[in-house]
Amino acid sequence: MGKFTPRQIALYVVVLVALIAFPLVVKGTFPTHVMIMFFMFAMMGVAWNLLGGYAAMFSFGQAAFFGIGAYTSTILLMNYHVNPWIGLVVGGILAALTGAAIGIPCSNLRGHYFAIASIAFAEIVRICFNNWKFVGAAEGLSLPLLPESLGNFMFHSTKVPYYYIMLAFLVLSIFICWYITVNRGGFYLRAIKESHELAKGMGISFVRYRLYAIMVSAFLTAMAGTFYAQYILYLDPESVLILPISVQVVLVAMLGGAGTIMGPVIGAVILIPLSEYTRVWLGTKGTGVDMMLYGVLIMLISAYQPKGVWGLLTAIGKRAK
Amino acid sequence: MSEQLIQQLVNGLLIGFLYSLIAIGLTMIWGVMNIINFAHGDFLMLSMFISFWLYTLYGLDPIFSIPICTGLLFLLGLLIYKYLVSKVMTGPALAQLVVTFGVSIFIANAAVLLWTPDFKMIEKPLLTGTWSFGTIQLSIPKAVASAGSVLVSLALFLFLRKSKTGKAILATEMNRNSALLMGVNTDRVNALSFAIGSALVGIAGAFLSMYYYIYPGVGGTFGLISFCIVALGGFGSIEGAFIAGILIGIVQTLGGYFFDPAYKYAIVFALYLVTVWIRPQGLLGW
Repeated sequence: MGKFTPRQIALYVVVLVALIAFPLVVKGTFPTHVMIMFFMFAMMGVAWNLLGGYAAMFSFGQAAFFGIGAYTSTILLMNYHVNPWIGLVVGGILAALTGAAIGIPCSNLRGHYFAIASIAFAEIVRICFNNWKFVGAAEGLSLPLLPESLGNFMFHSTKVPYYYIMLAFLVLSIFICWYITVNRGGFYLRAIKESHELAKGMGISFVRYRLYAIMVSAFLTAMAGTFYAQYILYLDPESVLILPISVQVVLVAMLGGAGTIMGPVIGAVILIPLSEYTRVWLGTKGTGVDMMLYGVLIMLISAYQPKGVWGLLTAIGKRAK
Repeated sequence: MSEQLIQQLVNGLLIGFLYSLIAIGLTMIWGVMNIINFAHGDFLMLSMFISFWLYTLYGLDPIFSIPICTGLLFLLGLLIYKYLVSKVMTGPALAQLVVTFGVSIFIANAAVLLWTPDFKMIEKPLLTGTWSFGTIQLSIPKAVASAGSVLVSLALFLFLRKSKTGKAILATEMNRNSALLMGVNTDRVNALSFAIGSALVGIAGAFLSMYYYIYPGVGGTFGLISFCIVALGGFGSIEGAFIAGILIGIVQTLGGYFFDPAYKYAIVFALYLVTVWIRPQGLLGW
């Protein structure tokens, strides 16, 4: 898994160059926005994969980390004039600590129990933020407008800088997850996934490695949250802390192929443009047709292509050889 | 103990019995098939809407809609099992988790499309008003719904213990392979459990429609709470779900009373997290 063939490296370089060139070729706000959302969910899918794909911790509570990241940097900026880039790091650390705090009681839970616990946790966070006056409660927060610059993490005239920042975040996340999975931690996580008891018998600290995975995953997801706050410039619990965001993250990873490095990216490139465009075409009156299609898609994927598109591509690739 | 506190306890019990019925439906599916039906809350919502439309279009009181709701939800469960859930039974764990999320999203949004997200209510149900015992008020529809929930739970319990089909379901829950070897048609047991689980939530929906707001989002909260009840009670345990349902009902009302009603669900979820920390298998799980 760690070694790449020259052909694979060439492929990744070509894709990366194409993505860097994309805003130069395609002008227009909406396609840029769709690409930014694609990168963002791909990043969160990659982060989820560390939990669900490698360690069989099916988290349905990633929205909590996303929200913690978004709220931390925003509160720091609004109340204490702290630069959003510092807020991003603080938010990530806070999310990682929260992840650890929730990870300890949940560390013995497996499968469905973990999934339900993660939902319960995220719901607690959502309910608290909905009623907590300090963070704007249900009315939400509007970010103060700063002059546009990379240092301020804010741009008004164009979305293109956001595009490059998010692309950089995504590449960074992929690199971190790749690094973890090809090193000892990754083997431990997979050992735990394959057989809980056996891994324990081999002296692998089940709890410790699961905690590491949760913390890294929470940190990366919180980064995406801060990005989202700086990008949309408005926050409320019902837009960043809700279950549908967590589900979207799981689906991105699952559609692409859970437990593979590039799987979530493939999943996001299919799912996010699909949902963004159907929302624009069908969902203008808030009728929910776009979400219905989405529901059908989920049913079809899980019933007929549960190993994800990446699994399908690998199978085809092997047959071609 | 102040009378207000007793009133809160009564209210908690009333909602708790209904929670139990909803959760028992879910725990059957979970226990037999090892699948969480994330659309369980949406099934509840559908049943409430069936009851609502029977009342609005044909003037049928919710109390008489119960058999119709039960039958239709039984059928829905059967169809969803046959065409969807049975397909993922042998697939990866993640697919089994996610498939019913798809059903949930689909149903919830179809309801918004068909019936708008607005709150509806059955204006003049047959059962209405309150009984007074001193200063304690007992809402009649809620009392009937609770008594009905207990009766249905009891009936199910007897069915599982006494009838041949019920025993086959319990056997499959305990050990699928052994049951298969003993000549139990486990695929039929799966389908039946899914259908019965859905029918139970159908009954609960008809009861709930007598006094609760009816809107497409109603399934969300009830669904989430019932997952917690099931996990709290213990994997697939009917008795566990029954007890946990009552417990959650009481905790929710007392929590709202002593702290802030806005946080009542947060308290329920926190209680769940604390319990699974101490006993990961739930109260009556093994």
